[in-house]
Amino acid sequence: MSFIKYFRPPKVSRLAWKVWLRNKDVFAKTYRVSFIPPFLEPLLYLFAFGFGLGFFITTINFDGLTVSYREFLAPALISISIMNSGFFECSYNSFVRMHYQKTYDAIISTPLNIEDVITGELLWGATRSMINAGIIILVVSAFGLVDLTLVLLVIPLSFLGGLLFSAMGMLFSAITPNIESLNYPVFLLVTPMLLFSGTFFPLSILPGAFQALAFIFPMTHLVGITRGITLNSVGMPQFYSLVWVLVATILLTILSINLMKRRLIQ
Amino acid sequence: MPSIVVAKGLVKRFGNLVAVDGIDFYVEEGELFGFLGPNGAGKTTTMKMIQCVSPKTSGSLEVAGMKIDEKDREIKRILGVAPQENNLDPDFTTYKNLLVYARYFDIPKAEAERRAKELLKFMQLWEKRDVNIDKLSTGMKRRLILARALINNPRILILDEPTIGLDPQSRHLIWDKLRALKSEGVTIIMTTHYMEEAEQLCDRLVIMNLGKIVTSGVPAEIVKEQAGKSVVETNILPKVMKCVKGFKKEKYEKVGEKIYIYTERPRHVLSTLISECELGKVQVRESTLEDVFIRLTGRELKE
Ligand SMILES: Nc1ncnc2c1ncn2[C@@H]1O[C@H](COP(=O)(O)OP(=O)(O)O)[C@@H](O)[C@H]1O
Ligand SMILES: [Mg+2]
Repeated sequence: MSFIKYFRPPKVSRLAWKVWLRNKDVFAKTYRVSFIPPFLEPLLYLFAFGFGLGFFITTINFDGLTVSYREFLAPALISISIMNSGFFECSYNSFVRMHYQKTYDAIISTPLNIEDVITGELLWGATRSMINAGIIILVVSAFGLVDLTLVLLVIPLSFLGGLLFSAMGMLFSAITPNIESLNYPVFLLVTPMLLFSGTFFPLSILPGAFQALAFIFPMTHLVGITRGITLNSVGMPQFYSLVWVLVATILLTILSINLMKRRLIQ
Repeated sequence: MPSIVVAKGLVKRFGNLVAVDGIDFYVEEGELFGFLGPNGAGKTTTMKMIQCVSPKTSGSLEVAGMKIDEKDREIKRILGVAPQENNLDPDFTTYKNLLVYARYFDIPKAEAERRAKELLKFMQLWEKRDVNIDKLSTGMKRRLILARALINNPRILILDEPTIGLDPQSRHLIWDKLRALKSEGVTIIMTTHYMEEAEQLCDRLVIMNLGKIVTSGVPAEIVKEQAGKSVVETNILPKVMKCVKGFKKEKYEKVGEKIYIYTERPRHVLSTLISECELGKVQVRESTLEDVFIRLTGRELKE
């Protein structure tokens, strides 16, 4: 099958870093605006679900634990931010740079090859996830919903998870005919993941078939690990989820780079 | 003089379309070499293969003694590229565009700043250094693209339609800069579909049409070979056509309503035409590259 060739590891050089630097420079220029959404978004969720819904549901039982609904929610908010930051950075934003600004065309005329450019973009997407996760961690710690020392472990995790969702976003950028069509993976994949990954309620209350489906979502595993960390109950399920996330990240990263190369190098 | 770019039987296909159809050419170090041709001739495709951003389908192509499919990064390090399409970074100012680009070449920061300032002055963009690029005119953007192409002190400069859409002043400014660069020993490869530009600037050139090279050489010699000394230009009328068929030595080309007669004996042709056929407007002039172009591609190159 010819599809196998898209899983061949691409040749990436250290120059990929220069693309990360380029994006960092743009971000630094506009950081005041860039920091507002990741700060406000979790606050909105926290008020709507944590304080609104949390008024009716004070505690929640799952996996043999009993915790307050807000403590249950906090790691989900961090995970949602990780997913959204990476995915949107490497879908819409990358598509604009690739298609409208011709930034990739300009860069591949230098010693960088397209593999380096995409890798730099993905690393930047992961960084955005880490930055935004960091902001939310501050917010939820300020509300006393997580233990600040435990939650620091989520920072490296947010980079890994960010890379996963960046690669997923880049994958859709590589195959989408135009920017409007990027709405499809958002409605059909990102939104369902946001709602049905054990984010707002435990998966165990879903019918069996849905549970199995939700188990395929990378988001389910990211939420599982994050919650394990913030509730200080890491065990084998978190370990398996981590393996799942690692494998998915590696495969999606390779696939997205190769498909982007197929799109751009003719 | 050693050749710095050598292509043999170079082919590029996009699916069923043959964009470059087995071309051979060489560029010598230090010369200004032109690719002339109508839109769709395959000029940009050829440039992209030299730049190592588009793989060849078959044939061979070497740049500075390196094969394009083996040493792409090394080749790109010594190239300066000004693409046909503007791809300046809209997220940065004029000056920052150069600095960010320098970083892709691993140029240390202090050195990059020095070169960027020097290039902004050289390209007469110093006043615009802190302006975002969407505030630049078309001419300024072209100059900034050229400045960016020079940031790594390239041995070879590749310019794809460097003066397209520019007013005469801006065009002459770019020509001056290219001459200055050439005198410093930079090899320049450019594409254009402006005849005057090619005639004025190029040491040697090739004319491409439909993916093939139809002629190559020194502009003045090509003109002499292909279009003779003079051209008699007049409107196509039935009587004129009869006269023209009577000329044994002359070649001619019909384009639209006009006929171009290429000749070494313009006086004879003209007097015959005047005395024996009813003429509309007639014009006699020296042959130019444009006449060669019309002869070889059957097309007029007016925009
Ligand atoms: N990426 C591509 N995919 C398909 N066809 C292409 C592509 N790039 C160029 N072509 C075609 O190749 C031919 C040569 O194009 P190009 O090299 O851009 O010509 P020029 O620069 O001389 O105007 C044209 O017919 C063009 O439509
Ligand atoms: Mg072109």
